[in-house]
This record gives sequence, structure tokens and C-alpha cells, in this order.
Amino acid sequence: MTAPTTTAPTPDDEQPALATTSLPAPARAPEDTDDPFGQDALPTPKGATAGLLRSLLAPMKGRVALTVVLLLLQQAAVQAGPLLVAYAIDRAVPAFRDHDNGPLVAVGLGYLFCALASGGLQYWFVSSAARVSQDALLDLRGRIFRHAQALSLDFHERYTSGRLISRSTADVESLRELLNDGLQELATVALSFAYISATLLWLDLGIGGVAVASLVPLYLLIRSYRRRAGRVYALRSTAIAAVIVKFVETMNGIRPVRAFRREAANDAEFEALNRHHERKNGDAILEMARYVVGSRVVANTAVAAMVLWGAHRVAADSLELGVLAAAVLYLRRLYDPIDRLGMFLNSYQSATASLEKISGLLAQTPSVQEPSAPRELPVRESEHPGREVVFDGVRFAYRTGGEVLPRFDLALPAGQTVAVVGSTGAGKSTLAKLLARFYDPTEGRILLDGVDLRDLANSELRRGVVMVTQEAFLFSGSVADNIAIGRPDAGREEIERAAKAIGAHDFISALPEGYDTDVRKRGGRISAGQRQLVAFARALLADPAVLILDEATSSLDIPGERAVQRAMSTVLNGRTAVVIAHRLSTVEIADRVLVMEHGRVVEDGPPAELVAGTGRFAQLHRAWRESLV
Amino acid sequence: MSTTRAITKEPETANGDGNGRGHSAVHTLLRLWPYVRSVRVRLFGAALVAVLASCMGLVIPLVLKWMVDGPIADGDSRGVWLGALWLLLLGLGEALLFGLRRWLVARPLAGVEAAMRADLYRRLQRLPVAFHDRWPSGQLLSRATSDLMLLRMFLAFPLTFLLVNAVTILIGVIIMLVQDWSLGLVILGPAVPVLIVCIVFERRYHLVARRAQDQVGDLTTVVEESVLGIRIIKGFGRHRSQARAFHELARTLRGTELHKARLLSSIWAVIVTLPELAIGAALILGTVQVADGDLSAGTLVAFLSTALALRWPVDSIGFLLAMSQDAATATERYFEVMDEPPEGTLEGVLEGARGTARPAPTGPAAEVDRGLRFHNVTFRYPDAPTDSPPVLAHVDLHIRPGESMALVGTTGSGKTTLTALIPRLHEVTSGHITLDGHDISALPREQLRSLVAVAFEEPTLFSATVGENVLMGAGDDAGDAELRRALSVAQADFTHSLPHGTDTQVGEQGLSLSGGQRQRLALARAVVGKPRFLVLDDPLSALDVHTEAAVEAALRRVLADTTALIVAHRPSTVLLADRVALLSGGRITAVGTHHELLRTNTEYAWLMAGAEEETALDATARAPGDEDDDTNGAAESGTHTGTDGDADSGTQRGTGALTDDGRHGHADARTDTGAGTGTGTGTGTGTSNGSNSTSTDSFEEAAR
Repeated sequence: MTAPTTTAPTPDDEQPALATTSLPAPARAPEDTDDPFGQDALPTPKGATAGLLRSLLAPMKGRVALTVVLLLLQQAAVQAGPLLVAYAIDRAVPAFRDHDNGPLVAVGLGYLFCALASGGLQYWFVSSAARVSQDALLDLRGRIFRHAQALSLDFHERYTSGRLISRSTADVESLRELLNDGLQELATVALSFAYISATLLWLDLGIGGVAVASLVPLYLLIRSYRRRAGRVYALRSTAIAAVIVKFVETMNGIRPVRAFRREAANDAEFEALNRHHERKNGDAILEMARYVVGSRVVANTAVAAMVLWGAHRVAADSLELGVLAAAVLYLRRLYDPIDRLGMFLNSYQSATASLEKISGLLAQTPSVQEPSAPRELPVRESEHPGREVVFDGVRFAYRTGGEVLPRFDLALPAGQTVAVVGSTGAGKSTLAKLLARFYDPTEGRILLDGVDLRDLANSELRRGVVMVTQEAFLFSGSVADNIAIGRPDAGREEIERAAKAIGAHDFISALPEGYDTDVRKRGGRISAGQRQLVAFARALLADPAVLILDEATSSLDIPGERAVQRAMSTVLNGRTAVVIAHRLSTVEIADRVLVMEHGRVVEDGPPAELVAGTGRFAQLHRAWRESLV
Repeated sequence: MSTTRAITKEPETANGDGNGRGHSAVHTLLRLWPYVRSVRVRLFGAALVAVLASCMGLVIPLVLKWMVDGPIADGDSRGVWLGALWLLLLGLGEALLFGLRRWLVARPLAGVEAAMRADLYRRLQRLPVAFHDRWPSGQLLSRATSDLMLLRMFLAFPLTFLLVNAVTILIGVIIMLVQDWSLGLVILGPAVPVLIVCIVFERRYHLVARRAQDQVGDLTTVVEESVLGIRIIKGFGRHRSQARAFHELARTLRGTELHKARLLSSIWAVIVTLPELAIGAALILGTVQVADGDLSAGTLVAFLSTALALRWPVDSIGFLLAMSQDAATATERYFEVMDEPPEGTLEGVLEGARGTARPAPTGPAAEVDRGLRFHNVTFRYPDAPTDSPPVLAHVDLHIRPGESMALVGTTGSGKTTLTALIPRLHEVTSGHITLDGHDISALPREQLRSLVAVAFEEPTLFSATVGENVLMGAGDDAGDAELRRALSVAQADFTHSLPHGTDTQVGEQGLSLSGGQRQRLALARAVVGKPRFLVLDDPLSALDVHTEAAVEAALRRVLADTTALIVAHRPSTVLLADRVALLSGGRITAVGTHHELLRTNTEYAWLMAGAEEETALDATARAPGDEDDDTNGAAESGTHTGTDGDADSGTQRGTGALTDDGRHGHADARTDTGAGTGTGTGTGTGTSNGSNSTSTDSFEEAAR
């Protein structure tokens, strides 16, 4: 008996439906649709999926081989049982009547041996297979994680976080499901079918022939089931996805729902979606019912046919009774797992699709690579901690085309604070990201104290340049942990000093557990402005030579912004700073202002000088001045 | 960060399960009865059919026995045909009956699932906002999806098959014992130990599986964070420590999975070995008896065949029980939410506690009561400990009819909370709020909320067209004209250049809009119904200078005859209002015009102008005698200052702004669902925390 099914009953319907149902990727803005990154599956080089599998299994060739051998032996031991029954009935019974106990003892010992061997081998096989699959999963998880981390920012921006997350969660999960539950079972079923058919053929050509012939309708049945079920399941996951979207949207927007009295309208909309899903859900269950009935009909008909044939032959004395008994016992085993086969094939199918998506992701090469022979930054000889930045003939265009920054040169002396202003799409953020080496320039180079950024090892680069962005993301863990990202070896005292310097100490102390408050727990609610202060403290702690602020004060209120400016003129004094801001108040602390437009620097000079002029900045500044009360 | 520990545990619920509370599990599952009631006939019918089908399976060996001992032994070919025909009929019968069972329950149970989901949704929409503050939507979602799916499967499967298996085993045992009790006992020998081992195993396996699930949740958190926080990780070069944390967790998970596999392989070994041994023993014994002529060969075959038929029913009981336990937990989780009292039912309780509620006056309100008025309002979140300081304490504020009042205060001073009290998203702890003299707690919520329109700080758009989103704020009779007017007030002209104009789908499944665009639509939604009372929570924060000025000009016209409360962070917004109230330490500490407060209140000056030294700018304008004003406390009454109409001075500006209206390329502020929806543990859907890039990438003033 090959499938005791402690963990998988006959399929009522698929359990993993939800786990693998990732919502359809939200519709992107129209311009994204032609972008290959706008799709779930990245262009996968031919054979990449198979290559990925090979490379995952390669380090454990020995264990894989062992597992296969174990399975072969185990199945042999299991399937020997009915043969022993045949032997017992046809040989041991007459021998025993002749007072020859030999065959009977042989049967007993054989059965004992087979029972112990099949149990023991089963134990060994399951453990061994688990080792293989868990090691492969560990490897795969690590690869996806490291690869996603290594991929450069332009990839992340285009592929979107949702997709990337479902690659490393939902897709890995569907693989895990296959490996844990499905694959062993699938292999066992296939192997037992092969063994039993072969044995039946050997015992009696007719019986075996029927068994083999029954494969044809079964195959057709499974094929049609998979085709139809695939369609029904797809409809059902779309239906449940719509339900989920509506549900989440309502719960996340509960305030406006309430305030605008949407409850009844929502009930009606939800009801419609829910009913639709109910119908599709019923369809899916019925599809499974149809398959089960079909496969049982085929199996039971085949059994009847084989018994008929066998019984005739026995009655005609051309077949021994024991052989018929063995055949009957085999038949039960032969068709028992058929019901579940459909389900395994489903999970196999979805795992294959997942693996393909994953291999597409892994086939991406990061556009920003670590240098093979890194250089060191020169020792800072001057008294101030800043470093000089030079953009040397830099041009930047996306890989898909579309020039963002036309060729330009720019030198920022060490210690200078430079404000960059300009409208949306002027290229301010791109400039900042080039300096932080989130992207590499398409042409030209960026020098930090004379060293090309591309020649700096990552750790060296991050000691040199740090960027604080508008979206101040907090990681799970305490507030202190979050600040310490700036410098992991910093002590509590240094962390608090950084927080004080930026004016974050007060609100942090007021949290339920102060610096140890978990930012994801209830009570640790931290507003957008406060998050930005934590991000600043992080940057302060990192103590970089060059600091980039990309709209890093957008969520602060006026006092908060002042505190940041104070910190910049004290703690960060002497650093080279690039400040991108949309509030002119920030610009006031700058030594120099760059006005950007369409990727070009159109004005460049000290703020006072620009204000005195007649350019864009002067106009803007005047308007701002006039608005002051 | 040292480690990124992840917390994806249940928030409040964490009810330790899995330690065999058989009785209470049954008790819990009984709560499903009201939902099951309507399908009970089919459900019981299906169980009956399944029992019948199972019994047919048990009859098959008997037919075999008859064939072997009768026609085969006699060489009777007609008998052989007859036997085979019987086998065929029984087989077909079994197949069709099992199919019938599924057909009987498929649609009804999908219906039960849907009904429970609809009820949950209905209830959730009506639970107090405080409940939603407490419960992340991912937790609610997992109840609405995976838990309900589990319940449907429980009704379809374990519930039926626990009965069916019991009957099958019983009948099988009887059949075997009747035929030959000694052989029967040998074959049945391992049944009890296997049953016990299976039950024990399932219990242990369940615990480990739960642990593995939690660890997957932790791992998922790290993955999500490492993707969402990629800029920080790259910016600080922390990918190595992040990868270390990931690997540690992945390795732990592997350990747990291997533990699972070990348990699994042990149970397999037992399940495979014990019955085989019994069959072996029965075979030997049977062979001897057959040889001795005590037993027919057909009976032996039938025995062995029956033994095989009984294996699944015995083996599966542990699994079925575990699944039932799961279903009990899911039921508990479901009713945990369903048992929460909805918004309306709290009324009486609160009323009683407060005791001060006055009946809504029927006649026209006295002149002093007209407008929006807070009377000694105190508010503490319902789940906060009663000895904690209240968020709002003794707030008195009067907004006269047609007047607009700005509300200013530091972050976390309770401004948003105060606005939430007006449409009764939260209930005041004590005191009361009146609209034109009517106590809002005496108004039906529907009516109250049709009087008050709100634009929230976080502008939420629903999956619908632009037009539908805006018109949500108006009654059913509102049409194109109202829509156009509201859009023009909010300066949302960009809607006309969207792919399908105001019919463009937005929200989760539609076009994504920038923060500024969403904010303007939310504003349009608030004004479209021409509400008597308007509450705006920082309505212009995401707009650039240019748009802001235009919106303000249009909004000013709307505000002229609307009673409005406007939360403001910047002077430009404050200037929309006739007067300003300063909220500090949970109290209204000052009320007056912007200029007055700038002069007389240092906290206000600090908030609006930033650093203390900046107020030097105002020092010249300051009246000599006004010097030593109170920073806070000393609630100088909210009534003494009058409106002085000329708050208009600061509006002409932004003419030369370098910008367009805050349209934005990568507006990716929506929650990118698709990651963790329903892995079961509730990793949640709202993955993209903190990445709401409002991105009005243009100059915004910092007016003082």
C-alpha cells in the first residue's frame, strides 16, 4: 500500500488555492504595458529553468541518487506483498498439505522482511527526500534574496515591489508545496503504477494488458481535467482576487466608507463579487467531482474486466488461483491514488510556472556591479570631513531609451552644501541617485575625491556617500535598531546623541518603551514626519563624507524642518551635502543653488546672487517672499 | 539593524490551540449551525450517500469470495460473468455515489462560505472605527478567505468522513469477524495502535506545522522589508547584514521543515509496517487454515482485500481530527470578529455612562448654539487604560454658522482625533458636540454623516471611476453638474485629460494617481454634496504652490457659507480660515485670527514660523504690552476674539512657479497587494508601508 495519505485525503478540492493565488498584478499606468518589466514573467532565456533546477541539485547529486535508489527499493519491497500471497496460495498450501513447511516459512520470512524493509526504506526515503528538497529550497531562497538585493535600483523601480515579493514568497511557497507534498507522492504513484503494470504483465498478459490499456482513458481523463480545471481555477482565482481587493480596500478605507455612508452600496457590490466567486467556486468543486467520478468509473470498470478475464482463465485452469488473488490485490493499489493524481498535477503545474518566473528573475543581471579590484578612498587630509564630488562628462539614459540627463559636468567642492531645485522630471532625483551609485551613468564618470564610484567597494562607498530619501521606511525592530542601521556597531549613547541632534529624542522618549519600542507593534505608531526624523538620525549616525537629502523633509512640520537645518549646520557641518527640496526655506542654508530643468542645470550660483538676478530662481523666490505674511 | 526580527503573529488573538480541547472544539463548531441549517438536508443526504458508497466498497471483496469459492472453483463461466457484472455494477455504483455526494454539497457549501463571508463583511463595515484601528486588514482578510475556505472544507470533508469512516470500519470489522474471527482479530490487531499513533502524530505534526508557518511569516516579513526598504539597504550598504538575518531565518525554517519531515517519515514507517506485518501474519495463518481445509481460498482473498479497503479509513482519522481542530480554530477566529458589537449597539451603553446627553431639541436652535460646537469634550481611545491621560480634555470650541476655523497643533496633539469625533467615527468619552444645537449623539449616524462631509489626511480612492469616487460625497440625485463644480473647486482639471476623462477607473485596480491628484479628488468628494458642515484634514498638504493657490481661491468661495473645521500645518492653509484654534496638550489653548495668534502666542508663532529666532520678524509688529503671553495651559477662552475679515493678504503668489501641477511619473503609492494575501498566518496585504510618495515635486512655500 503506497499511499496511506495521512496528510492528503482524496482531494476534496485543492487546498493551496489561496496560497498560490497572487492577486493579478494591478494594472499599471498605460505607458508601462510595453515594458517587459511591467509583466509578471520576465523574458526567460531558453533553458534557464532547467539550468536553475540542475544547478540547485548539482551540489547534492549523491543524495539525489540515493533518494531515487531508496524509492526504487522501497517500492519493490512494497509491491512484493501480493506476489507472496500468490506464492502462498499456489505453492505453500499444497506443500503444507504435503507436510512441507518450507514454502510457508519462506512466505512468512519474506513477508516479514518486506514489511520491515518497506517501512524502514520509507522512513529513509522520506527523510532523504526532505533533505534534498529543503536544501534546494534554502539555496533557492538565498539566491532569490541575494539576487534581488544585488539588482540595481532601476530594476526595482520598474519591476515593482509587489512582484518581487511574490517571487520570493508565493512562488517559493508553491514550489515548497510541490516538493513537500506533491513530488514524492507523484514519484511514488508513477513508480508503483509502472511496477504493478509490469508485474501484472508478467503474471498474466491479459490482466496486465487491461491495466496498461486503462492508462489510455485515464490519460485522456486527466488531460481533459487539467485543461478544464485550469480554466475553472483561473476564473475562480480571478473571482477571489476581486473579492479580496474589495475587502481590503473597504477595510483600509473604513473612515471614508463610514463618513460617506458607503456601507449599503458596498454591501451590494461585495455581494455581487461574492456571489460570482461562489458560482466559480462551485464550478471548481464540481469539476473535481466530475474527475473523481470519471477516474473511478474507469478504474472500477478495469477491475471488473480484469477479474472477469482472470476468473475465466482460472476457471479454465490456465491460470492459478493465487495469481488471480495477487492480481486483485494489485488492482486495489493500482487505482487507489488516481483520485489524487489530478491534484498533484495541478500543484506540479503551478510550481513549474513559479519556477519559470523565478528563473526569469535570477537571469537578470544587476546593472550596478561591485568592482573586481576595488580602490580605497584617499585619506582625508583637510580638517573638514567632506569630500569633493566631480561629475565628469556624465550622461544618463534609461536602458529602454529616454534620456534623463544630457551630458554635463559639475564639480562640488568638499564641504559645500548644494541645493538642487526644479520641477517634476527635471532630473534632480536622478542626479542624486547617480551620486549615491544607485545607477551608473550611461557615459562619463563620477569621482569622489578623484576616485571613480565604480571602483569603490560597496562598504567604502557607503562610508563615503549616504542618501536620505523622502520615503522613510522603518524596518521591524526597535527604534534604536532602526537608527543603528546607519552604523551597526554604534552604542546606545551614540544612537541617542544622533537622535538628540536631529530633534527626534523627545518623541522617541515619549514612546511606550522609548528607544526599545518596536515600530511595528501597536502603541509604536510613528507618523510620517517622525519616520523622517528617524531616517535623519540614521544618516547622522552613519557620518558620511557626502550626504544627499532627496526631499527628506517633506513630511516634517515647520519646527521639525528647523531642527534638521540646525543639525545640518552643526553636526553635519563640513560635509559635502546635496539637498533636493521643494521648499525654499531649505534652500536658505545652501552655499550654492542649482536650478534644473529638463535634465540640465540652467542656473548655478550662491542663493543671494540668484535671488538678485532675473532668472527662474529669482522669480520663484520673489513669489515666495510675497506670500509671506 | 542588528537583526530584523519579524512579528507576524496574531495581534490580539493568539489563542493557544492544538492541545486537544475536544469538547470545546465541538462546542465551537456547533456555532456554525445557523449557517449550516439551510443546507442540512443536502449535507446529511451526502453523508448517507457516502456511507452507502463506502459499504459498496466493502461488498466487493465478498463478491470476490463468492466468485473464487463458487464459479471459479466449479469452472462455471456463467457464474464468472455474473460475478464480474456484479463487480462492475458495484464499482460504477461506488463511483456514482461518491460523485453524487460531491454534487450534493458542492454548491450549497460554496453558498455557506459565501454567506459567512458576506455576513463578516457586513459586520466589519459596521464595527466602530476603533476596532479597525486595532485590527490590521490582513488579519481580517485571512478570516474572510483562508479561514472560511477551511470551514467549507471541514463541512465538505472531515465532518462527513469522520462519520463515514466510523461506519465503514464498524461494518468492515463485523464482516471480517463474522467470516472468521481469529483471522479477523489478527488483521484488526494493528488498527487500534495505528489509530492512536495517527492521532498523536497529527497533534504533534500540527504544532510543528504551525511553527513552520510562523517562520515562513517571519521570513516573508524580512523579504518584504528588504524589498520595500531597498533604498535604505543599498544607501547604507547593509545588504550583507540583511542577508545574514535572512539566512538565519531561512536556516531555522529548514530545521523546522526537517523536523516535520522526520515526524512524517516516522508515521509513514509505522503506517506501512504495522498493517503489512498483520497481513503477513494473517496470510500465514490463513494459508495454514486453507491447507487444513478450515478456510476457503475465497475467504482468504476477501480478507486480504477487505484489510486493504479498511486502511484508509483507519489511517485518515488522525488527519480528519486535526482538520476539525483547525476548523474549530477558524470558527473561533471568525466569531471573534462577529461577536464584536457593531457601532449602533454601543449607543445605549455609552449614553448611560455619559448620562449627560440631552435630547435633540426640536425647535430652532438658539443663536448661541448655532454652528458647530464642542462642549467640554473629553476623549480617550476606548482601548486605552482608563488612568492614561485623555487625548482630548475639556475641549470647548464654537464654530459659528458659515465660519471656517483652522485647527493647528504639533504632530500628535490630537487634531485628527478631534475631527473624527464630528462624524462620530469615534464617540466622545464625555461632553458633547452639537450641530446647530442638536447633540450629534442623538442624531442617527446616517443623518449626521449626510450633514458633515470629511476630507481625510490620507486621501483614499476606491476602485471606481473618478466620477463615482467624487459623487460618493453627494446624494443620489447629484449628477454631472455637481461633479463639474466640485472638480473645479478642487482644481482637479487633470481628470479631463485622463484616458477616459471622469470615467477613468482609479484606485487599487485602476490608474494610479499622484498624492496631489488623489488629495484633490478627496477634496472634491468632500465639497460635492454642498454639505452644511465641512471637515478638512490638512487638505492641501500634497499640492504644489501653484495648485495650492488656485484651490484656495476656489475653496474660499465654498467656505464663505459653509461651517468648516480645517486642520492646517502651514500658514497658507491657515489663511483659508476665518479664525484659528490652537490645540495643545489635548486642550484648545488659544483661539483667534492668524495674525493675533502670531503676535500673542509663542507656541503658535513657533509652530507657524519654526525657530524662536524667526519670530524676531514679528517682534517689531508686536504690541509692547502683549509680551509675556502664556505658552500653553491657561486656556484663554475660545470666544473673545472676533473675526477680522482681512485674512486675505497672503494669497497672491506662486505665479512663477517652475512647476506643473504635481503630476508625477512613478506615483506608486498604492498598496501593492499580491504578496502575502492569505498565506494563512496573516502576513497581511498592506505591504507597502511608508512609501506614500506624495511627491509634489515642486516648490512649496514655507511661509511664515
